[in-house]
Formats: sequence, structure tokens, C-alpha cells
Amino acid sequence: MESCNCIEPQWPADELLMKYQYISDFFIALAYFSIPLELIYFVKKSAVFPYRWVLVQFGAFIVLCGATHLINLWTFSTHSRTVAVVMTTAKVLTAVVSCATALMLVHIIPDLLSVKTRELFLKNKAAALDREMGLIRTQEETGRHVRMLTHEIRSTLDRHTILKTTLVELGRTLALEECALWMPTRTGLELQLSYTLRHQNPVGFTVPIQLPVINQVFSTSRAVKISPSSPVARIRPLTGKYIPGEVVAVRVPLLHLSNFQINDWPELSTKRYALMVLMLPSDSARQWHVHELELVEVVADQVAVALSHAAILEESMRARDMLLEQNVALDLARREAETAICARNDFLAVMNHEMRTPMHAIIALSSLLQETELTPEQRLMVETILKSSNLLATLINDVLDLSRLEDGSLELDIGTFNLHSVFREVVNLIKPIASVKRLLVSLNLAHDLPEYAVGDEKRLMQTILNVVGNAVKFSKEGNILISACIAKAESLRDSHIPEFSPLLSDKHFYLRVQVKDSGSGISPQDIPKIFNKFTQNHATANRNSSGTGLGLAICKRFVSLMKGHIWIESEGLGKGCTAVFIVRLGIAEHSHDSGHHFIPKLQANHVQASFSGLKVLLMDDNGITRMVTKGLLVHLGCDVTVVTSGDECLRVVTQEHMVLFLDLSITGMGAYEVAVCVHERFPKRHERPLLVALTGNTEKATKENCLRAGMDGVILKPVSLEKMRNVLLELLEHQAPREVQ
Amino acid sequence: MDVGQLQRRLVDYTASLFREGFLDDQFTQLQQLQDESNPDFVFEVVSLFFEDSERLLNDLAISLDQPSVDFKKVDAHVHQLKGSSSSIGAQRVKNVCIAFRNFCEEQNIEGCLRCLQQVKHEYALVKNKLETLFRLEQQVLAAGGSIPME
Repeated sequence: MESCNCIEPQWPADELLMKYQYISDFFIALAYFSIPLELIYFVKKSAVFPYRWVLVQFGAFIVLCGATHLINLWTFSTHSRTVAVVMTTAKVLTAVVSCATALMLVHIIPDLLSVKTRELFLKNKAAALDREMGLIRTQEETGRHVRMLTHEIRSTLDRHTILKTTLVELGRTLALEECALWMPTRTGLELQLSYTLRHQNPVGFTVPIQLPVINQVFSTSRAVKISPSSPVARIRPLTGKYIPGEVVAVRVPLLHLSNFQINDWPELSTKRYALMVLMLPSDSARQWHVHELELVEVVADQVAVALSHAAILEESMRARDMLLEQNVALDLARREAETAICARNDFLAVMNHEMRTPMHAIIALSSLLQETELTPEQRLMVETILKSSNLLATLINDVLDLSRLEDGSLELDIGTFNLHSVFREVVNLIKPIASVKRLLVSLNLAHDLPEYAVGDEKRLMQTILNVVGNAVKFSKEGNILISACIAKAESLRDSHIPEFSPLLSDKHFYLRVQVKDSGSGISPQDIPKIFNKFTQNHATANRNSSGTGLGLAICKRFVSLMKGHIWIESEGLGKGCTAVFIVRLGIAEHSHDSGHHFIPKLQANHVQASFSGLKVLLMDDNGITRMVTKGLLVHLGCDVTVVTSGDECLRVVTQEHMVLFLDLSITGMGAYEVAVCVHERFPKRHERPLLVALTGNTEKATKENCLRAGMDGVILKPVSLEKMRNVLLELLEHQAPREVQ
Repeated sequence: MDVGQLQRRLVDYTASLFREGFLDDQFTQLQQLQDESNPDFVFEVVSLFFEDSERLLNDLAISLDQPSVDFKKVDAHVHQLKGSSSSIGAQRVKNVCIAFRNFCEEQNIEGCLRCLQQVKHEYALVKNKLETLFRLEQQVLAAGGSIPME
């Protein structure tokens, strides 16, 4: 106190300064004491605070600091030693705690800071999620709108409803002011305003399709913002005060059936588009959002699909209507044709009768007249009359025949006849005329030509007669050679007749008739015309020739009806000609004496066939089926022996048994083995009884096994009386393998 | 009751048997085989069928009762029964036999036993019906009438 080495002179304690220090110390102490209290209070209030220990430490630090400052108050004036000790203790403690706290804070503060950063991070994340939520919600809403729109659009197949609905729904969903659809015209050069939302009947505005703004919209599948002043957007009259809302346009593809090729998807460049223009309300300062644009694009696509459906439906309905019309027309035409044919047939029938009657009268009376006494001139006249009327009669017959041939109503009269006698008759008929012309007629029938054949005798004779008659007619001298033989397969496949493909079977044979004359011949260019109706060979058409020119045409028809072919060969004028025809005839089964009428092979089923005394053997081990089958056979008159096993069957069977019935379901020695044994025992066919299997099994394998084992027939159970009768009939007649269902 | 009524009853009864599926066309075939030389053909066949079926059903019951069932034997029996029943036209019996054979192929004991029960039942039914039919026929004949043929 007395002297110290201070730089400044010692300064006695100033009262004012001391007072201020005193007060400050007091307030500091107060503050220092109150801070921990506040801390404790608030921490107690809050639920989460992780650093309680730190708090305690901090509190202690503060309290002690406060205490220090408080105790300082007493040190301003002279103080006792106790106070100094207390002060020192307090200071020391304070020092310790402060250092400890300082050390602790080094750990704590970074943590606290990181908490802050985490908090910031979480806040950012929450904001981002919020944004995403907002996006998803809008998307979902858009999706809902689209679905609803689609549902509305697709619930109708009428084009106008679809488009109208689209516009209405879009307008509602997006709260649009105006919505319009421009469709391409038929020419494809302009777009026409077809539908709008607000206007009920849009006036026919058109804009050319080649505008740049339209091209821009058509070139992309996205919705494009366009200027409100472009021609497609100027639908409503603009009044001054409106600031028009933003406009968006999108293309709507119009799909056609023809666009879809199987191999590649429709070419975008060849499509037609319609234009949909959407306008936001004016003065609303609304902007087009991305999700709204997407909605518009999706809707446009859906509309395209719905429209194509409607179009397809329209087309198919139109096609159906057309078909109905055509059907009706065809029906009418058919009925008219039928009426015409009926009328013609009636006419022919009538004319047939009406024309023939007078002809008959004329011919008959003229020939009668010929028989009476006549002067030579009269005779000549009568002969001319007769000849002319004969000609006329032939003409009438020919014409009537031909017309019947033409419309296919002519049917051949099939019957068995004597082939050889047909030729002989033809020769007999033609001999008189030939001998007058001093022509030699010779007939050459092949050795293997059957005597009897099945076919239309009358028309065959007519054909041969016609051909031979022509030969005679156009020959002035020489000979006529008629030869007939069976056509062999090689000769059938002639180069003459490329279209003629005969089917060879054992029931038919092809008769080949050739008539060769040494007459005037035919020039090659006339040969094709020979068979045409009413055409005559001009070279020979002179006074002497008679005939209608129909003869060969009719022959050709007859020959085709008989599934054959006819043609003429000639080397030229003056070199004679050869007429050849081939026809198909049936092989006659039995030969009879001429004049004997042949009973047709087809017997009516109801003819009672009696098998009285027919010896049959029945093998079946089931008592009931055996009894039933035996009953059947006895009823039909057979003499039935029954056996119940394969061994017994082989013991009992003899040559006298005509038929052996084997039930396939017997146990023990099988029916097949029995069949094989029977075959071994009676190797010759006529000694062996016919083997028939009875089975209820419908499998193919069963039938094959039966036939392989040598069965002559298979009958499917249950057997009816009729079935058994038919089977026996066929077996005994044909003695051939048969199968009856 | 007079002959006409008896005949009518017979015809109705026969028609009902066909309608309900007890008999099928094969039975008609049998009836056609009956004539003066063979007046009791149908009766004989049906009686034979009854004897045979009862024997077969017995054998079937015994075979299925064995601890180890011989399905081949069972199948053979059923095959016989099927053949007999289809020969006389007992349609329902035949149909059950077809199902029975399927179960035999699958070696399904439960199914076989079930089918056996069914077959017995159907057989009893058709036997009853046929016996009634014969009784009615006897009545008609006794009253002096003749069996009406379709």
C-alpha cells in the first residue's frame, strides 16, 4: 500500500467510481444467479434436452462466478481474513469449474452445431417432399380426370357425341373459356371448324391446312402453345378490353383401317389430323401448367382411338347395309332369272308340242300321199314337201334338244344295252344313203370291246349316227371306216385333249370311236368352228348340203355329258377327215341274251331276304347276349349252333357253316386266335365260313385288328334286326370284307 | 277292369319306362324277336339276365371285400354285367357299369364301392320295373287281350 512500482501514481479509492463498481458487481451477481434459474426452469419445462450434466456444470460455473462477484462486494472495504478466505475459495472453485466447462464445451458445441445443420437438412427435405406430394397429387388428379374423360368418350360410339363430350369435359376439367375442334375437309387442303364448346352451330370457318402454325402443331405429338391471334384461335370476336388467355393446340390423329399394315405400324406422315384448340379464360392471368398440357395430350390420343372405333363401326354398318341391299338385288335378279327360265321352259314345252303336232300331220299325210297314184310332177312335189318337212322336224328336235342340253336340264337315260348292236344299227341305217353315193362303209369292232355296256343308248346312237352321217354327207366318193375300241390310258392322255383328265376305275371304260372318211376334208382354220352352233363349212355350203349345223354341237354336248371328248382331224381340203370321240360307259356286270331286260342291282332294303336254313355258328360266353343274338338269327331263319368258348368253337366248326359269329369280349382263347385257326384249317376261300366279329368297342384299332386277323366283317353292338339282316345280305352277296356300323 | 283299360295301362307303363331311361331301344329289338314260334323270348332273356346279374353282383361284392382287391377280376365281372345289361336294354345299369369300369381302371376302391352300391340300386329298380311289366302283360293276356306292339 505504501509504495508500489506502478506506472501510474497510486490513486486513492474514488467514492463515485467505487459506488458504480459496487452496483455493477451487484447486478452482475444478480444476473449470474438468475440465469441458471431460468435455464433450470425452461429445461424442466422442455421434455428433451440431452445435456443435463452440462447444464449442471454450466449452472455451477455461473453460480460460482456470481458468488465471486457477490463476495467481491465485501472486498471493497476493509475486510476480515474470513472474507478473504471465502473469496479465495470461491475464486479457486470458480477457476476449476470454468476450466472444466471450457473443456466440456469443446465437445459440446460441435454437436450442437450439427444438430442445427441436421435440422436445416430435415427442413429442406420436408419441403422437397411437400413439393413432390403436390406433384403426385396433381398427377393423380390429372389421371382421374383423364380416366373420367376417357370413360365418357368411350361410352359412346357416335362420332359427334364423342367429340362433343371431349370438348365439354375438357372445358369443365380445365375451366376453359373456349374449346374448338378443326377437322380436315374431304379435299384435305383445309381445316374446317367443326365443333366448339360455346357456340352451338359453328359457322363454317375454314383455314388452309398449310399454315406454319398448323404445321408446327401437326409435326409433334405434344401440346403446343400458340398465339391467341393465329387464325385457328380467333374464333370469338375480339373486343378491346379482353386480354386473351393463353392458347394451346394439339393434334388429334384420325386413324383409318387402311393405316394399319400387319408388318409395320402406321406411317405418321400419311396420317390425317384434326386440330384441337384450347383457350384459357381471358383476363385470368392463368398459365398452362405442365400437367394440364399432359392431360390435353392424353385426351387427344384417346379421342383418336375413340374416333377410329366410331369410324370402323360406321364403315362396318355401311358395308352391312350395302350387303343387305346387294342381297336384296341379287335375290330379285335370281328370282327374275328363275321366272325367265320357267317361262322359257313353258314356252319350249308348249312349242314342242305345238310344233311337232302339225309336223307329224304334214309328214304322215305326205308319206301317205306318196303311196297313192301321182303324176311325176306331183310325185316330185310331194317328195320335196316330205324332205322339207323332215328337215323341219329334225330342226325342231335339234333346237329343243339343244336348249335342254344348254341349261343342263338334260339327263342321260342310263341303262344297259348291247353295244355291238348299236353300231350294227347305225351301219344299217346309213348303208342305203351310202350306197346311193357309192360309198363303202365298213365297221371294225375291237376284240375286247364288251358286248354290253351301261349308258344312254339312244343318245350314243344319235351321236354315232350324226358323226357317220356327216362323214357320208361330205364325201363324194371313197370309203367310210368306222372303228370302235376301248381307249387305253396312254391314248387318253393325248396332246389333243389337254383338259381331258379321265378317271379310270373298274366300273367304267372309255369307248373310242373313230370315223374316217376320204371326203372333202376341212381346212385347218375351220376345225375349231366346227362344233359351234349354226356354223357351216362355207366351202361345202352349197345347194346340196342340208342340215342345220346343229348336229355336231349337239354331239359335243352329249359327249361331254358322257364325260368324254370329241374332235376332228383333217389334213386339209380334199384330204378327208377323221372324227374321233371318246365316251365313258359303265361296265355291265352280267351278260344276258339280247332283248333280256336286266334287273337293276340295287335291291330295296325292305325286300324280305330269307336266310332259311342258313347254317351259322355263334360263339359268345355271355349268356344273355348269346341268347339275344341267337334270337335275332333264329328270327331271320338261320339254323344256329351256339358255343361258349373258343375251343368248343374250333371243335364244332365245319365246312357246312356259312357264317361264324365271334363275340370279341370272350375270355380265354381270344376271337382273333379262333379266326386265325379257322383260316389255317380251311385255307380255300369257298370252303371257309365267313367270319364276322361282334363287338361293342368303337375304336379304330379293334376294326384293324379284326381285319388283320382275317375277319370278313365287323358288327358293332347293339345289333338290331335290320342291321343283322343287311349284314348277312351283303356278306352273302359280295363275299367281300365289309364293315357295318 | 276291361281289356282296353288294361292294355292302355300297359302301354303307358312301358312308355314311362322308356321315358325315364330304364329301358332303351335294345329292349324294343328284343320285343320284335318275339313271335309265335318264340312266344316267351323276352321273358326268358330277362329271367336269365336276373339270374346272371345276381350272381355277378355277389361275386363283385366278394371281390371288393378282399383285403387286396384284384381289379382285373372286378373289371371282368363288370364287363360281363355291362354286356348283359346292354343286350337287354337296361340302360341305367349299363351306364353305371361304364362308370364302374373307369374306377376299376383307376384302381379307385372308394369309387368302385360307390358304383357297386349304385349298380345294385339300379338293378333292383329295373328288376322291379320289369317284373311289374310282366305282371301287367299277364293280366292283359288273362283278360283275353293281346300285347299291343308299337
